[in-house]
Amino acid sequence: MLGTSLLLALKEIRRHKLRSFLTTLGIIIGVASVVTMVSLGGAATQSVQAQVSKLGANMLTLRPGQGFGRGGGGPPPPPFELSDAEAIISQIGGVRSVAPQASASVSAIYEAQNWSTTATGTTNEYFSAGQLELASGRIFTPSEITAGKSVCVIGDTIRSNLFRDENPVGRNLRLRDISCQVIGVLTRRGQGGFGGDPDDQVVLPIKTVMRRLAGNQSVQSIQVAVDERYDSTAINATLAMLMRERRHLRPGMEDNFAIFDSKQLSDTLAGTTRTLTGLLGAVAAVSLIVGGIGIMNIMLVSVTERTREIGIRLAIGAVQREVLLQFLVEAITLSCIGGIIGLALSLAVTAAISLGLGFPFAFDVQIAGVAFFFSALIGVVFGYFPARRAASLNPIEALRHE
Amino acid sequence: MTRLIELRGITKDFGAGESAFRALRGIDLDIERGDFVAVMGSSGSGKSTTMNIVGCLDVPTTGSYRFLGHAVQDFTIDQRALLRRRYIGFVFQGFNLLARTSALENVELPLVYRGENAAARRKAGMAALDRVGLAEWADHTPAELSGGQQQRVAIARAIVTGPAVLLADEPTGNLDSERSVEIMELITELNRDAGITVVMVTHEPEMAAYAHTIVRFRDGQIQGVEAPGASPGAAPQAAH
Repeated sequence: MLGTSLLLALKEIRRHKLRSFLTTLGIIIGVASVVTMVSLGGAATQSVQAQVSKLGANMLTLRPGQGFGRGGGGPPPPPFELSDAEAIISQIGGVRSVAPQASASVSAIYEAQNWSTTATGTTNEYFSAGQLELASGRIFTPSEITAGKSVCVIGDTIRSNLFRDENPVGRNLRLRDISCQVIGVLTRRGQGGFGGDPDDQVVLPIKTVMRRLAGNQSVQSIQVAVDERYDSTAINATLAMLMRERRHLRPGMEDNFAIFDSKQLSDTLAGTTRTLTGLLGAVAAVSLIVGGIGIMNIMLVSVTERTREIGIRLAIGAVQREVLLQFLVEAITLSCIGGIIGLALSLAVTAAISLGLGFPFAFDVQIAGVAFFFSALIGVVFGYFPARRAASLNPIEALRHE
Repeated sequence: MTRLIELRGITKDFGAGESAFRALRGIDLDIERGDFVAVMGSSGSGKSTTMNIVGCLDVPTTGSYRFLGHAVQDFTIDQRALLRRRYIGFVFQGFNLLARTSALENVELPLVYRGENAAARRKAGMAALDRVGLAEWADHTPAELSGGQQQRVAIARAIVTGPAVLLADEPTGNLDSERSVEIMELITELNRDAGITVVMVTHEPEMAAYAHTIVRFRDGQIQGVEAPGASPGAAPQAAH
């Protein structure tokens, strides 16, 4: 009997192509928009997470003062010291590396070119913690770090502005009154990151910056890379306790330093994009429901329009179940065809938009399945009532219907 | 041999309470196999209601209806549908073919409900179309056929299952006299050669003249059963 109904339903759909197309249009648009929105949202989330992870996964950054800005009155909070960095690595478990940073504003000069930039004094851990890679040359040797030699690794912005097409490795760069040899060039990172552009900087051994450029022993920030196997929240708390102790803060006194957790930032950003995805998905889901109501309307109209046909079918011996099943199968078939076309459409649109916006192409198979299942469900639910109405018609009255 | 159709004391009421209306007031009627019965009567005389009951499209309020010995009045709605599918072919005044559907597909439709496979449907469908002389028109839709041709397709659809009885409700009502004669000759042939019992409602005495038996209805009762020619051309009321 199901075979009979399927056969009859397919014949009817083929016979009324325009009507069938209009019926499925709502489902096509609904499914396509839900799947496209959610897939693009997923791609946006991935893209944001990829950018955040470039900052360095599980990175805690210590800065003096509270928050990003410095509070109104009072003396400026004391900077950190090199010994703080040593204490962190030796006293806190789960810390992979620590990179103290001292910085100074300088103008870098090479031949006739002049460029204002930041000199970052740090250790080799800075490169690994920040996931900065070298395009050419090398990083510092241990003796260069301890002795505070005048050697530097430059960012890509410096290279392109001062050296143009020349290979900078081995050349000498003037920073204020010191001459320093370029030993390496960083790969271009692109915009992004806390505190400044990683491409627009000259990286030197920390002692070189302290002694020759800044003229003091202060460490402006400390980057702490956390081992992935450890919970950065717990390490964050331990770190805060250690710093309070080292900075002689009594209980009740506010912290005069701040810790930024890159994982928190990435979680927050990912959470935001997820929320937006959900919102877009919900809007799209409404259009899917509207599509379902469209199917019901067309089915109801077609039951009225086909009253006589139903009368004929009943007169020549169709039982009610067969008429019910025929209409139900018609509705479900239309919904499923709509669902398939919608999925194909969303695949094309998602691919096109991903390409256009430079997102990674991510087609959400799970939501595609849900949307398809939902479109079939719409067929059953919104097809059932018109179908039942058709089946329960009195054949005599149905035949008399004009 | 069991009688094909046996109606005993059939009444039919429509509506309820104040507006109740008794359309049939006790019908007794026997139809033997192979008979060709014309049912006549003015509109509202109860002939259509009787036809609906005979065709198992409707049930009597009281009385018994035996079809091949089965008590149809006790059948469920599905059992009646299956009985129609197996034993009854319908021909209507308005043809009632499915639009946008080829003649062959229209004729095959009852076989679809019987669960026949595509090859068997096609063979039987073509045979039925050939029987009514429309084999070459198999692929045409009703819109492309004349009224007479449409009625032939409808007859082919009614006989494709080899029914025991053909119920024709004013089969020539929408046709000109030439076409009407052709249809009546076709029905007469089916009755004579294929042994299909025919029950036909008609207004026209010329069409009733093809029948073996004429049943006249008046005011929800059978006024008389006669052979054609017994009262040729006479108005039914004249016998009263």
